[in-house]
Amino acid sequence: MRYLPLTDADRSAMLEKIGAPDVDALFVDVPEEARLDGPIHGLPMHASEMAVEKHMRRLSKKNLAASDAAFFLGAGAYKHHVPASVDHIIQRGEFLTAYTPYQPEIAQGTLQMLFEFQSQVAHLYGCAVANASMYDGSTACWEAVAMASRIARGKKRKVVLSGALHPHYAEVVKTMAKFTDDEIAHAKPAMQASPDTDGLISRIDDNTSCVVVQYPDILGRVNDLQPVADAAHEKGALLIVVNTEPVALGAIKSPGEMGADIVVGEGQSIGVGLQFGGPYLGLFAVRDPKHVRMMPGRLCGETQDAEGKRGYVLTLSTREQHIRREKATSNICTNSGLCALAFSVHMTLLGEKGLRHLAMENHRLACVAADKLAEVPGVSVLNDAFFNEFTIQLGTDARAVVRKLAKDNILAGVSLGRLFPEHEELSDGLIVAVTETSTEEDIETLVSALKEVLS
Amino acid sequence: MNAPNASGWKPGTPVQDHNAMAGPDTVTGNRALMLEEALIFEIGNTETTGVDLPEPTGGANRLGGLDRSEKIGLPGLSEPETVRHYTRLSRQNYGIDLGFFPLGSCTMKHNPRLNEKVARMPGFADVHPLQPVDTVRGALEVMNELAHWLIDLTGMHGVAMSPKAGAHGELCGILCIRAALEARGDAREVILVPESAHGTNPATAAFAGYKIEDIPANSDGRVDLDALKSRLGPDVAGVMITNPSTLGLFERDLKEISDAVHEAGGFVYCDGANFNAIVGKVRPGDLGVDAMHINLHKTFSTPHGGGGPGSGPVVLSEALAPFGPLPYTARTKDGVVHLIEEEDADAFSEKHFDGRMQSFGRMTAFHGQMGMFTRALSYILSHGADGLRQVAEDAVLNANYLLRSLEDVLDAPFGHSGPCMHEALFSDKGFAEDISTLDLAKGLIDEGYHPMTMYFPLVVHGAMLVEPTETESKAALDQFIMALRSVAERAKAGDETLKTAPHYAPRRRLDETLAARKPILAWEEPNPPAGEPTMSEQGGR
Repeated sequence: MRYLPLTDADRSAMLEKIGAPDVDALFVDVPEEARLDGPIHGLPMHASEMAVEKHMRRLSKKNLAASDAAFFLGAGAYKHHVPASVDHIIQRGEFLTAYTPYQPEIAQGTLQMLFEFQSQVAHLYGCAVANASMYDGSTACWEAVAMASRIARGKKRKVVLSGALHPHYAEVVKTMAKFTDDEIAHAKPAMQASPDTDGLISRIDDNTSCVVVQYPDILGRVNDLQPVADAAHEKGALLIVVNTEPVALGAIKSPGEMGADIVVGEGQSIGVGLQFGGPYLGLFAVRDPKHVRMMPGRLCGETQDAEGKRGYVLTLSTREQHIRREKATSNICTNSGLCALAFSVHMTLLGEKGLRHLAMENHRLACVAADKLAEVPGVSVLNDAFFNEFTIQLGTDARAVVRKLAKDNILAGVSLGRLFPEHEELSDGLIVAVTETSTEEDIETLVSALKEVLS
Repeated sequence: MNAPNASGWKPGTPVQDHNAMAGPDTVTGNRALMLEEALIFEIGNTETTGVDLPEPTGGANRLGGLDRSEKIGLPGLSEPETVRHYTRLSRQNYGIDLGFFPLGSCTMKHNPRLNEKVARMPGFADVHPLQPVDTVRGALEVMNELAHWLIDLTGMHGVAMSPKAGAHGELCGILCIRAALEARGDAREVILVPESAHGTNPATAAFAGYKIEDIPANSDGRVDLDALKSRLGPDVAGVMITNPSTLGLFERDLKEISDAVHEAGGFVYCDGANFNAIVGKVRPGDLGVDAMHINLHKTFSTPHGGGGPGSGPVVLSEALAPFGPLPYTARTKDGVVHLIEEEDADAFSEKHFDGRMQSFGRMTAFHGQMGMFTRALSYILSHGADGLRQVAEDAVLNANYLLRSLEDVLDAPFGHSGPCMHEALFSDKGFAEDISTLDLAKGLIDEGYHPMTMYFPLVVHGAMLVEPTETESKAALDQFIMALRSVAERAKAGDETLKTAPHYAPRRRLDETLAARKPILAWEEPNPPAGEPTMSEQGGR
């Protein structure tokens, strides 16, 4: 076995030192009737590197890679170009094979990177403090709801969810709320050019701990969040803003600027890649530093060493499970460190200038696509305003159209039928995302295919 | 032959002559290969970028009047500066690639690079989670193939693949228990947790709305069976037990515990963080476990990445399997692997499971940690049924070798309880009064090692939990034994230089109290002296 360095001679010498006749003597505490006497029946034996690679390649080839298609999927995961140096850096063994930086003297690389990452996220979100990342956007969203509940000390039990929140995120909140007895007020998304802000505000009351909105929302719409923030604050509730496309924040105002109290999101767009849904990168930030001690997850802070040199450590750990056990702010003990590194490297390569250019290139291509799609007979574009993603209505079940086009290597978008199966009336909706990786030729391909299939 | 070094010293042997020459201070603060590096906010600026993108042309704008006009404050660097910045940072980190990382309970084993290569194949890395299922059949097959291995290796009935890490998996298991109890109209309030448990266990159960009660250990360090039995009753939803335990011991009575818990109408959750010690040797399902998470980043060697991402699939017994989260995969008799989401959950359950599947809901967007599934499957296929068994045997052999090679210099509080499993536990008993476990750990850093887990488990004073894993050679263990023996002797003798260790790391001991008292958690632009440009106004470095 190529990964096991011990030789049989080593094993014998070590058993002798231990004073055990054979290795089974070390498993003496395992009840005899449960001990397995050989390799588990029916499972294959070890395989060479070449054989495993071949097997995995065969499975890989059964999938249609995004880069081999005219690709327009978004809805919480976006295809962006990731510079080659990002993957090179995250594969350095000192980052890849390190543990959580609990020994800060030999983990300054990870710690300084996390401090930089936290600062980048805080700036991007228009917030004061961001944590060192969470599992993904959907779990960060639930953690924000749980944090709002802690801030309300359990006295306010109602959580108002926008109907235009990603349905997977809403489902996660609903699942968790079943066990914490929070009451969830959630409407289905209205197929309108702009989100139903008045309807959302009307559901906020004195028992509301938080309001959760997505920006840009699941249908790609962007709108001013200040009215919702004001309405929430008037009732003593927190505004939680979810962002699933961080590139957008290079073009549109940050949630923090519009009064969001907690901003959470998915960081996958920057540096991480599609990866069939995971691992991704949960981002979590608060606008007001007074809320820092209520935050979940790890935090990296600046300090100094015994010689007075600047250095970084994990801090405020009295919030965390390994110290507080059942009184912790969250049960989470892993963040998404390597994805945070990928995000941070990519963001450093972009810088403010690059992020703004990237955002505007996304928006430009999305505008081109929206205009061309609007000319297809039977297609109407829903959105007034959008960033790089918008919703079109096809007048027929979009799921069937998506499946049909996929046969010709056109991945046309995410159908609302897939996301909202319980709302038949949304089923003609298709969310189309356009990024810098989409070419005008890809857009033409989609337009002509839709013309054909809808005629 | 005349050797140029007259002393004959070579790496891996003790240094006899300690008269190291102290050098002069350097003006840069650098020390040869040890290079200092400032923050990106100090070396970059908002006008520099390391990517080539078209200048905006000022065309269509449909941003709804929400243009971001204020400065964001994100520094950029060119590609060479970026690569150098992160390369310099990386060299201030310890990693498994660099040396022995005996962090108990964390299972820092070699990460095979084949797995990295596999995870980057375009069919896995470059597919969107919401592509039509006909375009991702291979990805679903990976999930299903891995699921089958996990089920077979644990002797369980089903597996929930979507949990994102160990603690998320714990939560999944506890929610399955709660859903199963609620389905039979049996609300219970209490989860029993042994005092040696991982901190995540009580945190998880509390998060799911349960009251936590501690179960003491016996003198052997194992769960006190009588205390547990006497606490069982109609209010107990279940127990959360770690096996092998955080003391590095196999819970001999687990089957009896399970039987008693089942008898009382509860369920057994097993924390599978230490499954690497027993994989291929015994199946938790045969010991009566109802739910167990598996840290793919521990047992199946997906990289720890400086703190994640992890992956925590949960294997489930027949009683709990119907309650697992959405989505899940299932292979039907025609060989096709299905992805069951909200859209078709009820219909699929009716058609293939007689309506028995009653998922408690969704725990995360999309389908779980695909990038970890590919790596773990590659690891599992490489080892096979025979190799995985050898993994457990070598991990346990290595740990026992360390235990018996060190117990004469370090107190091993449970050394009398029989062989350990994959990790060896020591205490600070016998150290000089003013020397702590922390001091010993920092002394090990100077010897070139990542310290073991310290002060955990909490039940042992000044605990040191050493987990070698199976990927260390005997020579590597022997050198570590030599180093740890030396540092332990110094701790017992009261060597004051341990209290100021580490001396040779990129930083001396860091002030954690200061960090917590005055938290600085994000970079803020300092007020520039009058007339100096701020970062955003500077044209270059």
